Amino acid sequence: MSNQTRYATPTIILHWLVALLIVAAFVLGTIMTDMRISPTKLQYYSYHKWLGVTVLGLVALRLISRLLTQAPAYPAHMSELQKKVANGTHVFLYFLMFAVPLSGYVYTCAAGYPVVYLGLIELPSIIAPAPELKHTLKEVHEILSNLMLFTVLLHIAAAVKHQVIDKDGLMRRMMPGKSNQ
Amino acid sequence: MKRLSNLSRRTRWAASLAALVLAIPAFAAVLKVDASKSQVNIVFKQMNVPVDAKFKKFSANIDYNAAKPESSKANVEIELNSFDLGDAEYNKEVLKKEWFNAAQFPKASFTSTSMKPAGAGKLDVSGTLTIKGKTSNVSFPVTIKQEGGKQIFDGALPIKRLTYNIGEGEWKDTSMVADEVTIKFHVVTQP
Repeated sequence: MSNQTRYATPTIILHWLVALLIVAAFVLGTIMTDMRISPTKLQYYSYHKWLGVTVLGLVALRLISRLLTQAPAYPAHMSELQKKVANGTHVFLYFLMFAVPLSGYVYTCAAGYPVVYLGLIELPSIIAPAPELKHTLKEVHEILSNLMLFTVLLHIAAAVKHQVIDKDGLMRRMMPGKSNQ
Repeated sequence: MKRLSNLSRRTRWAASLAALVLAIPAFAAVLKVDASKSQVNIVFKQMNVPVDAKFKKFSANIDYNAAKPESSKANVEIELNSFDLGDAEYNKEVLKKEWFNAAQFPKASFTSTSMKPAGAGKLDVSGTLTIKGKTSNVSFPVTIKQEGGKQIFDGALPIKRLTYNIGEGEWKDTSMVADEVTIKFHVVTQP
C-alpha cells in the first residue's frame, strides 16, 4: 500500500472498460443461448466470442499494470479482516476474468468452431474438436459465469456500502480524476 | 488315374473361372464402395468461421475403367437426414424447409455426364447435381489412387448453396452463412 489515493491511470481505464465489456458479454451470452436458431443468434455468438477474447487480452494488460504499480491504501477505519476479504475478492475477480473467457474459448474449440476474431483473424484452437467434452465445458463456462455475476454483485455492493454507509470515499480510488500524488 | 485326371480338370476349370471372375473388375467394374472408409464432408464459412460437417449415409455406384477413363460413370446418392454438424439442435434445424427440406427431398444425387482424363491419376468429372429438387451442371477434378487392390477417389466440388435454395428467408443473407460450400469426398472401394 502507498500514500497514493488512486489506482494508476491505466488500471482505472482498464477497470471500467473491462467492466463494460464483461456486462455486454454476460447480457449477450444470456440472451443468445435462449434464442431460437436464426442468423441473429449466430451473429450474437460471434460477438460474444469477440467480446470474450477482447476481455482476455485487456485483463492480461490490466494484470501487468496492476503488478507494476501500487494500489492506493484502504481507508483507515477498515479492519484487517475487511481488508483481507476485499483483497481476496479482488484476487478471485482477477481469476474469474481469466477463467470465464478461457473456459468459453476451450468450449468453442472443443465444439469445433474456432474463434475468428472480428471475423478477420482465425485464432489458434487450444484443443482439437472433442464432442464428448462439449457438455462438461459448457457447464464449466456457465458455472464460472454465474460465479462472476455473484462476485461482481458482491463487489458492487461493497463499493456502494463504502460510499453510502461508511462515506469513506473508497470509490474514488477507482475513479478518474487528478492524482493527489 | 482316371479319377485324378478328372480332379485336375475340374481344378483347371475352377481356376479359369476364378481368373475370369477376377478379370471382370479390370474392364467392367461397378466398384463396391467401402462405406466405413468413405466420407462425404462439407465445409462452409459462418461469419468467416470455417465449419465442417458430414453426411453419414450415402451410396455410390462407380463404374470406373482405368484403361478407358472416359467411359467411366458415377452415380452418388446422399441421404440428407444423415447430415451431421456436430450438434443435435442444429442437425434438426438443417432438415427444415428453409434448408434441406428433407421431408420432401430426402436425397441429393449426382450423376456423371462425362469424365475426361487430366494427367496421371486425375480426371475431370462433369455431371448434374440435384439437391432440394433443383438440378445444376457441375464439374470438378478427381484424383484416383490405387492401394492394395482398392481404388481411392478424392475430390472437392465447390457449389453455391443458393443455387439449390438451401437457406431460404432470413438465411438468404450470405454475410452470415456464406454462399460458397465445398463438398469434399473421399471414396474408398472394396478390394
